[in-house]
Amino acid sequence: MENKTFTISVYSENNVGLLNRISGIFLKRHINILSLNVSESEIENVSRFIIVVDTTEKWVQNIVGQIEKQIEVIKAFYHVDDETIFLENALFKIDSSLLFDERQIQNIIKESNSEIVTVSRKFFVISKSGRRSEIEEVHEKLKPFGIMQFVRSGRISVSKEPMEISTLLQELNINKY
Amino acid sequence: METTKISGAEAVIRCLLEEGANLVYGYPGGAIMPVYDELYKFQDQLHHVLVRHEQGAAHAAQGFARATGKVGVCIATSGPGATNLVTGIADAQIDSTPLVCITGQVGKHLLGSDAFQETDIIGISTPVTKWNYQITEAHEIPEIMAKAFYIARSGRPGPVLIDITKNAQFDLLDFSYTKCTDIRSYHPKPILNEEKVKDAAAIINKAKKPMIIFGQGIVLSEAEAELKALVEKAGIPAAWTILGLSALPTDHDLNVGMVGMHGNYGPNMLTNECDVLIALGMRFDDRVTGNLQTYAKQAKVLHFEIDPAEIDKNVKSEVAVLADLKDALTALLPLIEKKSHTEWHNEFKRHYDIELEAVINEELAPTNGKGISMGETIEMINKHSHADAIMVSDVGQHQMFTCRYSKFNQTKSNVTSGGLGTMGFALPAAIGAKMGRPDREVVAVIGDGGFQMNIQELGTINQTKVPVKIVVLNNEFLGMVRQWQELFFDNRYASTVMVNPNFCAIAEGYYIKARKVTKREELDEAVAEMMASKEAYFLEVMVEKENNVFPMIPTGASVSDIRLS
Ligand SMILES: Cc1ncc(C[n+]2csc(CCOP(=O)(O)OP(=O)(O)O)c2C)c(N)n1
Repeated sequence: MENKTFTISVYSENNVGLLNRISGIFLKRHINILSLNVSESEIENVSRFIIVVDTTEKWVQNIVGQIEKQIEVIKAFYHVDDETIFLENALFKIDSSLLFDERQIQNIIKESNSEIVTVSRKFFVISKSGRRSEIEEVHEKLKPFGIMQFVRSGRISVSKEPMEISTLLQELNINKY
Repeated sequence: METTKISGAEAVIRCLLEEGANLVYGYPGGAIMPVYDELYKFQDQLHHVLVRHEQGAAHAAQGFARATGKVGVCIATSGPGATNLVTGIADAQIDSTPLVCITGQVGKHLLGSDAFQETDIIGISTPVTKWNYQITEAHEIPEIMAKAFYIARSGRPGPVLIDITKNAQFDLLDFSYTKCTDIRSYHPKPILNEEKVKDAAAIINKAKKPMIIFGQGIVLSEAEAELKALVEKAGIPAAWTILGLSALPTDHDLNVGMVGMHGNYGPNMLTNECDVLIALGMRFDDRVTGNLQTYAKQAKVLHFEIDPAEIDKNVKSEVAVLADLKDALTALLPLIEKKSHTEWHNEFKRHYDIELEAVINEELAPTNGKGISMGETIEMINKHSHADAIMVSDVGQHQMFTCRYSKFNQTKSNVTSGGLGTMGFALPAAIGAKMGRPDREVVAVIGDGGFQMNIQELGTINQTKVPVKIVVLNNEFLGMVRQWQELFFDNRYASTVMVNPNFCAIAEGYYIKARKVTKREELDEAVAEMMASKEAYFLEVMVEKENNVFPMIPTGASVSDIRLS
């Protein structure tokens, strides 16, 4: 079976220790996490993990099964790229003098739909959201000018199809209260 | 609801009593002292067994759980006390044994400071627990303890660890207790899908050569009667995994023996010939399947299982029935047509005869001057226990002989470390099993190697006077490893020779009656004496040194490549 990029989405209770349990599932199978993002979700008091891995469908099924088994996990899903809308965000910190001396930089910002987040006397910061390849392109273009700091976030993603999580939780809540 | 102010430590005890846990195994220490102080106060309601090593506490709690079906409880202090529990917890996790383990922890204000006897037991135990939680405030105790018991025993059972900081044990709380019956994110019992049951029944009814493999799921859901009814109505030969053993009486006509590495010839060979393989509460462990590429490829696999993560994990199923086994079999039974499959069953008998000739006869009655065999010792125990004892085995050759040759009339009678294969398991597990089932005879069968891994628990037996029977099968080798060295490493016996102490003197040193048997002629009488003893009894049997367990499926080979010699 061939390797593919999978986005795993985990809806869970917001509990200490769960990250450890989830990362252990990958560790035990020697599968590397490409990116990880944890945030609150559309549902109050429910966290959402977005984990990107490069593996086979068989393994991703196995992993999702093991993740769902964790007591605090409400539901886990996995998707291939075509089934989701996803992006990452990157910040580039660059010497302020370049902003005025190197016209080229302004063009790069404009053409790539990046944004200047802040400008100070010493440095300015560009933010770029998009697919990994788009961010990499900007990165390549800016590199020759010297980048003081670079950081890229984990992937965030929403699925094209509805995830039945809200209804599932509603049912659970109705049953409970 | 009425509440009263009590200390966290007292709350821990009250929670245990609310859950019906009145027998716990443990070892005290600084970080758990407030709880021990309360144990002193509650000693006429809650019996605490002082083991000699925390690993013993975990295994004893497992033995108790496996023999009774209830949750086993063990208690340890922080740091080294907690880490000593870990092997038993890992064993319980892989064998789905319900445990609640309570560990003391340094005070909340010291957490993360590398305080005396602080270890991150939550981090350490995470991969080997079904759930764990650190309590840092007294008021959390009742709710978390209730959750712990609920999680440990429901669904696919497993071990839970609760770590309680010392301040939480001292602080006061308003105590009231409500049992936990549901957790929003946790669904222990999948809802039975009737359609799947119908699909499975249709396939079973059409099968020409159906075969059942049952595992511990039958025991855990107490579906023994349903299993027997199914086997009899559908006339299906049924084989067991090591943890399914004793769920169906061993002498039942359709019980065709054990599958797996040292299982019986028939069920292993015929796994690759059956047309429908009905897996009941078992998880296709690699010790059962051998090479997955060749495993039951011709068969339609019907997998009945409570844990969704087990479906298609190792073996792809045609139909998966996700449910508690008792619910599933109850729904299945009326849909099953009465059949006898006599010719197919005779296939198993023919294979059994081959195994009988090649392996079993010689094992049970060794010829030409050979020493006592492990198999004949087990047969002797069967004779004097009338197939009614709980057999607790350790890990190694003697374990395989015990599982292969023990006879069982009753369920929950085979207690052994299956998934982890933990040497040192049997002695403490037998203590727990006997305390849980004082009405039954409990016989531990242990190798000379494994006995020395938790030999200190003889001290627990001495102190509690628990009347367990201990049989050490002494071959002066780490026998199972030696067998592999003989077969796969050119007889290079690297570090498997054991120079042993005087075991009887050690047992006697703990004031346990002891006897050593070196000759076959003494065996019958010695086993009779042991079984008749009202007290604990230690029997050492000097067995043939270089005996091997056969049949055997070498690692990575196909189940039908099973070797008879
Ligand atoms: C804690 C632990 N360490 C090592 C092993 C590997 N091991 C499996 S069987 C075995 C030999 C057991 O020897 P013994 O207890 O004398 O029993 P026998 O095989 O001779 O019946 C060993 C070392 C194990 N299963 N558990």
